[in-house]
Amino acid sequence: MSVDQNTVRHIARLARIAVRDDELEHLAKELNSILDWVEQLGELDTSDVEPMTSAVETTMKMREDEVTFGNLQDEVTRNAPASEDGFYVVPKVVE
Amino acid sequence: MAKNDELIGLTLAEARDKLKAKEITSAELTDAYISEMEAGRDLNAYVLETAEQAREMAKASDAKLAKGEGGAIEGVPLGIKDLFCTKDVRSTACSHILDGFTPPYESTVTSQLWRDGAVMLGKLNNDEFAMGSSNETSFYGPVTNPWRREGDDTKLVPGGSSGGSSAAVAAKLCLGATATDTGGSIRQPAAFTGTVGMKPTYGRCSRWGIVAFASSLDQAGPITRDVRDAAIMLKSMAGHDPQDTTSVDRPVPDYEAALGQGVKGLTVGIPKEYRVDGMPEEIDTLWSQGVEWLKAAGANIKEVSLPHTKYALPAYYIVAPAEASSNLARYDGVRYGLRVEGKDITEMYENTRAEGFGDEVRRRVLIGTYVLSAGYYDAYYLKAQKVRSLIAHDFRQAFSEVDVLLTPTAPSAAFGIGEKSDDPLSMYLNDVFTVTVNLAGLPGISVPAGLSKEGLPLGLQLIGRGFDEETLFRTAHKLEEAAQFTAAPEAWWRS
Amino acid sequence: MDIGKRVAREEDWIQGATGDWEIVLGLEVHAQITSKAKLFSGSSTEFGAEQNTHVSLVDAALPGMLPVINRVCVEQAVKTGLGLRAQINLRSVFDRKNYFYPDLPQGYQISQFKHPIVGEGEIEIDLPEERVEKIGIERLHMEQDAGKSVHDMHPTMSHVDLNRSGVALMEIVSRPDMRSAEEAQAYVRKLRTILRYLGTCDGNMEQGSLRADVNVSVRRPGGELGTRCEIKNVNSIRFIGQAIEHEARRQIEILEDGGKIDQETRLFDPKTGETRSMRSKEEAHDYRYFPDPDLLPLELQQEDVDRIAASLPELPDEKKERLMTDYGLSAYDATVLVSDGARADFFEEVAKGRDPKLAVNWVNGDLFGALNREGHSLEASPVSAKQLGELLDLISDNTISGRIAKDVFDSMYKTGRNAIEIVEKEGLRQVTDTGAIEAAIDEVIAANPDKVEQVKTKPKLAGWFVGQVMKATSGKANPQLVNEILAKKIDIPSED
Repeated sequence: MSVDQNTVRHIARLARIAVRDDELEHLAKELNSILDWVEQLGELDTSDVEPMTSAVETTMKMREDEVTFGNLQDEVTRNAPASEDGFYVVPKVVE
Repeated sequence: MAKNDELIGLTLAEARDKLKAKEITSAELTDAYISEMEAGRDLNAYVLETAEQAREMAKASDAKLAKGEGGAIEGVPLGIKDLFCTKDVRSTACSHILDGFTPPYESTVTSQLWRDGAVMLGKLNNDEFAMGSSNETSFYGPVTNPWRREGDDTKLVPGGSSGGSSAAVAAKLCLGATATDTGGSIRQPAAFTGTVGMKPTYGRCSRWGIVAFASSLDQAGPITRDVRDAAIMLKSMAGHDPQDTTSVDRPVPDYEAALGQGVKGLTVGIPKEYRVDGMPEEIDTLWSQGVEWLKAAGANIKEVSLPHTKYALPAYYIVAPAEASSNLARYDGVRYGLRVEGKDITEMYENTRAEGFGDEVRRRVLIGTYVLSAGYYDAYYLKAQKVRSLIAHDFRQAFSEVDVLLTPTAPSAAFGIGEKSDDPLSMYLNDVFTVTVNLAGLPGISVPAGLSKEGLPLGLQLIGRGFDEETLFRTAHKLEEAAQFTAAPEAWWRS
Repeated sequence: MDIGKRVAREEDWIQGATGDWEIVLGLEVHAQITSKAKLFSGSSTEFGAEQNTHVSLVDAALPGMLPVINRVCVEQAVKTGLGLRAQINLRSVFDRKNYFYPDLPQGYQISQFKHPIVGEGEIEIDLPEERVEKIGIERLHMEQDAGKSVHDMHPTMSHVDLNRSGVALMEIVSRPDMRSAEEAQAYVRKLRTILRYLGTCDGNMEQGSLRADVNVSVRRPGGELGTRCEIKNVNSIRFIGQAIEHEARRQIEILEDGGKIDQETRLFDPKTGETRSMRSKEEAHDYRYFPDPDLLPLELQQEDVDRIAASLPELPDEKKERLMTDYGLSAYDATVLVSDGARADFFEEVAKGRDPKLAVNWVNGDLFGALNREGHSLEASPVSAKQLGELLDLISDNTISGRIAKDVFDSMYKTGRNAIEIVEKEGLRQVTDTGAIEAAIDEVIAANPDKVEQVKTKPKLAGWFVGQVMKATSGKANPQLVNEILAKKIDIPSED
């Protein structure tokens, strides 16, 4: 499963990271060397193996249905690069 | 300076006792560390010094101590890895993308340390988002290992990702430090700096408020000068947190009490697959030495097999980047941190994340995105999670025969800054002995056990059953006693 | 028969230029789970708060924040599954659905992809002329709602409010079993009724508590399935109908022009009544689903499910059966009553110890006629079930006639007063005194000898006499007595 420059461009797009065209070749090479190396897992027959779902053997604890927070508008917006009247502000989104 | 030397010469346990006995005050101890921290700036271990806050906390501690009150580590000055969110104190995970981020909350682990009386000296450097094994990926620049090769001024890495923590503890810029370990990030830096690094069982410490790298692998733990200090710190850090579903609700034992119990009757397993090709002979020798020490202390030794060991690292480099690619999606320039504008929202995202993430983070986010993308999930992520099951099974098998495993911590001593930074794969190989433990969710501890022929510290690792940190501590304590590791780096940075 | 293979009734076919078409519809309904707090955080779910005031550190995806699941939300999902007669999966898994959007702070939505909490089920929808169709439920899963972007506050910027971010939703996915807009609308109505009976979703479409993604495709009747388009977030039953009609016609036009349908996501514009392609979806989505490593698999015990099952209220279909059996109601009347649990309850209170037929006519006819006319909800009805029952009692014991009862009811509705009070105050008691009625009849006979002659050959004229007597008694004479006495006084031939 070799990664070409178009694939790098595509995954960079999915990951929302701008990548310059002149970086593509280098990145493709790097990603390929890592992917080639992890390929060795293919040696193992895992057809009868259940995937690990959690590193901890316990059942999931649940929260009661209680409102435990009041108004945190300031706390959640104070670090925002742009905000106004308690809203986060972003470049216009077109639907 | 003489008084300072005396103060900073105390271990955490000694300082704690002297504070309780009112032989010293937290204010003088904290002041001594503040001047060490300032004198040690060349090491770049701290990315943020909080001297003012430290002095206030020390003053409060002294007030409590004077009344015969105070917590288990009242007045003890610590350094905090920048991955931990600290309330109203800048917390960036050493990433440009979290520029200026000041959390309105305190991580559970640090809040427990403050509850028990600890004093915060500042925030410690780490690899960006804890992705690295040398602390060279930090946005704030690399940390320098206090240790140097004999007769050589080459700047060495302190290991990573908790390189600021390991360097600060080794250089006595704090009494102990918090750290996190996703693939070896506590134990490998501890081995590189002659310190003790304890990665507890997954679920032992809350992950709440710690910047996430790979959620199923991340675990907090201490880096300290000796085993006892690690036991003391872990006791404060550990415990159930209802805010973290993966944290486990079971009592925290008195780890310190386990130290004197010795290893008589314990069976120590030696996993044969850890004897890897190209491992320096001195590490192999040290490992054998470790076996002898434990044998002499009364332990039974047994060779065991962990047949899937060689697949751990590749599996890790699928699982960790996959989780990271998703965990790091929240850094989008909307709610906090860096924003780099663009012509529309997508371009804003892309510019922010291109500028905000360093090369290694970008690499892992791309790999992680790729292995999760349509058509590749089964071949990579699912496969790796199955391999994880096999690795966990290997350990379960081994622990049906033995109580604890002994391995080297890292395949080499500390290397030079820049030596491996161009070759991601060779960097990844640093984690070959530590990463299995994270994949299986087990506890592991690195203990300094000797010096390389170049005069650099080397560590041995003990791996235990889930939630059996006590056996690890008592075995580590024996190993420590036997190794008599008293070497210390020359304090060149103070000049 | 596999219900998915059903062919639409001919009257539901759409006539195109090249022949007939049928619509194939599947719905994904997003229903907000009724709970105080969000699915994974302790923030309030209350509607209409000031922007970003119901947002916890977890909801804003601050670094290091972790989700912890709300027990009640899980129970509500199980309850809903049971109400849809669906399989409950004791083990389900939360996955992350990864995509970037400003109202999605984590950069992923926590949802259930491979292992949903509820599997296959079924509901019956009620259509005109007592037609009932079974619609398959493919699955129900829990997921987080997203926040909201406001686009009209600034020419070049959007404003983001995360109050809804993290609110618990159930996504209920139907099989493509519907064949007309009418069926789709009936499906949403029925689903909404069931959710309201269960108390697991308030079904309020205006506030967005219930909204539907509609998958529309067309095919030749009984032919191969066509390519579908998904119309996102349609938030009223009327719009669902409009969106389907428009989208089906659009697709038929394209196909008849020799074109092909692109599988895509579309938006319905209520202003134009049309659907349009979503501009922001130019690239194919790759959501990179994987199990959320911050959460463990959700394991339920059979006992928990049994406990929830034991607490289920009577559901619409059961209630309908019972109303038909116990009260002898028609399927139509029963269907109308159970469409709203409160309405059925109201009926049962009125019908208790009374004539059910009379009760259902008054509840479905007069009361709901008035409520609809005045735009009142049943909760706000000025006439309570007790009051309506008392009115019916006055009819049954002949205190007032059915005709007078209508006036009394109007007065009750306007004033909220009790029936007996109005009857007494306004002297509306029925005249059952035969002497008084006889006198009134005699008067009418004496004044109209010509009519007395005519009625001998025109029996229909008898009604005229009744009317005159009623007029003379201000409508209060007992009509039955009037008829009886009249028959004795004048010679009316039998009608046949």
